[in-house]
Amino acid sequence: MDLFEYQARDLFAKHDVPVLAGEVIDTPEAAREITERLGGKSVVKAQVKVGGRGKAGGVKLAATPDEAVARATDILGMDIKGHTVHKVMIAETAPEILEEYYVSFLLDRANRTFLSIASVEGGMEIEEVAATRPEAVAKIAIDAIDGVDEAKAREIVEAAKFPAEVADKVANVLVKLWDTFIKSDALLVEVNPLAKVASGEVIALDGKVSLDDNAEFRHDWDELHDKAAANPLEAAAKEKGLNYVKLDGEVGIIGNGAGLVMSTLDVVAYAGEKHGGVKPANFLDIGGGASAQVMANGLEIILGDPDVKSVFVNVFGGITACDEVANGIVQALKLLEDRGEKVEKPLVVRLDGNNAELGRKILTDANHPLVQRVDTMDGAADKAAELAAAK
Amino acid sequence: MAIWLNKDSKVIVQGMTGATGMKHTKLMLGDGTNVVGGVNPRKAGQTVDFDGTEVPVFGTVKEAIEATGANVSVIFVPEKFTKDAVVEAIDAEIPLAVVITEGIAVHDTAAFWAYAGKKGNKTRIIGPNCPGIITPGQSNVGIIPGDITKPGRIGLVSKSGTLTYQMMYELRDIGFTTAVGIGGDPIIGTTHIDALAAFQDDPETDLIVMIGEIGGDAEERAAAFIKENVTKPVVGYVAGFTAPEGKTMGHAGAIVSGSSGTAQAKKEALEAAGVKVGKTPTETAKLAREILSA
Repeated sequence: MDLFEYQARDLFAKHDVPVLAGEVIDTPEAAREITERLGGKSVVKAQVKVGGRGKAGGVKLAATPDEAVARATDILGMDIKGHTVHKVMIAETAPEILEEYYVSFLLDRANRTFLSIASVEGGMEIEEVAATRPEAVAKIAIDAIDGVDEAKAREIVEAAKFPAEVADKVANVLVKLWDTFIKSDALLVEVNPLAKVASGEVIALDGKVSLDDNAEFRHDWDELHDKAAANPLEAAAKEKGLNYVKLDGEVGIIGNGAGLVMSTLDVVAYAGEKHGGVKPANFLDIGGGASAQVMANGLEIILGDPDVKSVFVNVFGGITACDEVANGIVQALKLLEDRGEKVEKPLVVRLDGNNAELGRKILTDANHPLVQRVDTMDGAADKAAELAAAK
Repeated sequence: MAIWLNKDSKVIVQGMTGATGMKHTKLMLGDGTNVVGGVNPRKAGQTVDFDGTEVPVFGTVKEAIEATGANVSVIFVPEKFTKDAVVEAIDAEIPLAVVITEGIAVHDTAAFWAYAGKKGNKTRIIGPNCPGIITPGQSNVGIIPGDITKPGRIGLVSKSGTLTYQMMYELRDIGFTTAVGIGGDPIIGTTHIDALAAFQDDPETDLIVMIGEIGGDAEERAAAFIKENVTKPVVGYVAGFTAPEGKTMGHAGAIVSGSSGTAQAKKEALEAAGVKVGKTPTETAKLAREILSA
């Protein structure tokens, strides 16, 4: 889960990483009182999970409380690279900035540990700095057990060649930032820019934080979820405990196992090339068991998507045999009809693996008018694409 | 021969007495796996009956090894407690730990991986979030269906469970030496490269099938390894060409970030290393079949 800037700011503050004051609002009028409290001027910052908001006009200075309300009015509702601005942060104006640095901790998949990236050339995308001036970017591996103590922080500071007069302060920020990273189960904590201001202090002016969804069981992250941005189908699927991602095609997909479902999307997209360019409408992994209940829940989500023209159910029977899966599909359709859902979209079902013959026979015997059986994955994908294109 | 698992493997199950552990211990025994014990400190001293096979429960991995000579542990412990279970297996220096559990926090995996390193890497870790490992006809450790294929000449390594099953099933007439599901998490113990190296050294493996998916750069690194070290034919498949940027596709590690981790880049890297890459799982199976019948 990626956090908004204001959430990252709050998290930093909680772990004593130096930040500026700021509060988030969703109505323009609220900007007045906050700006008054901040001494009469403020910065109005769009809260969107996408880079380049400054250039898009999503960050504005306000010299008076009235102006803050006016800027918040402009920015709220603005579209930035496809993201609608629902919230703005009213932040303290930064003191005079002398230098901008970059520091982060992140997961290093390749080395199966954590990594620190630091640079004295902050303020722009670190990938850009790494591409044009790789010598200006220091990467230091962090042992997952030993972590970052003061000595390790010093090592990072030296590797990135921070100026002597800020070395202590940056090292201190690094220790606090590591604390944030570890205690929040983060995949990324990034401060960019970490600014050296006229007073000599270093302050985190903007930050990015991404948290590990798998660690939610040991945190209270209810407040952090961005309910406004969630696609309604994705939100409904999540409520039913389904692993669903909305895509922009026409063929609804249900399968078991993440790898097989990803593969199904690809195979449908290839097949679609021959059928007017139809594409997969979603990713949906119903997991190993594939009970009638889970199948019904999955079908309900897919059939509720107005973009879906046909559905491809692609199941490989492993531990769960295909006859059970076939019964699941038949019962699921009945369950939906009993719930009063009208099933009108054609379903192509491919069953393979354990007890495939038995499973196929169950589907044939059930003889549901909307269900077609195709026994190979590639053939079934082609049929589903053809049906979607014909609609 | 086979890699890492054979008929002599003695297997203990951490989390055997839970619902998932019970179900799969029964299935593993049914496939001929030599399950010699379970581990649960609260049920130590008891035995569990699996259709007439009495399996003793031990308080710790160490006790289980001392009593049975176990050399493989399969872990079904719930995600909140998995780290402790793996650390216990590492402390007991069991040669192979297979972590089936899905949904483990990546900080926990990073911690037990670092711990294994500090203890001298005496334990090979497979997983987490993986289906396990099977040497057909000899032993099956994890949740891979045991009856969809037979012993044969192909070695298989895969990030995905169901794609592993699909491939084992499509090539069931040729059969497999060993199939290893390494899991789809951002940090995993055993990698594609480890399995490729082991299959290269296994005299009974004539061809290797490697299945990858979006996220990270494991496939690219495997491609570089193949180019330098693997003389046996390798057939590859990569899932997730149509996955959008920034969305996690089921597996915690299956995510394209910016321009990195794409299926296209992985396919190109594998092809540049001489790996034949199938467009669909069925086509991949066909490529393997063609090479072996040539």
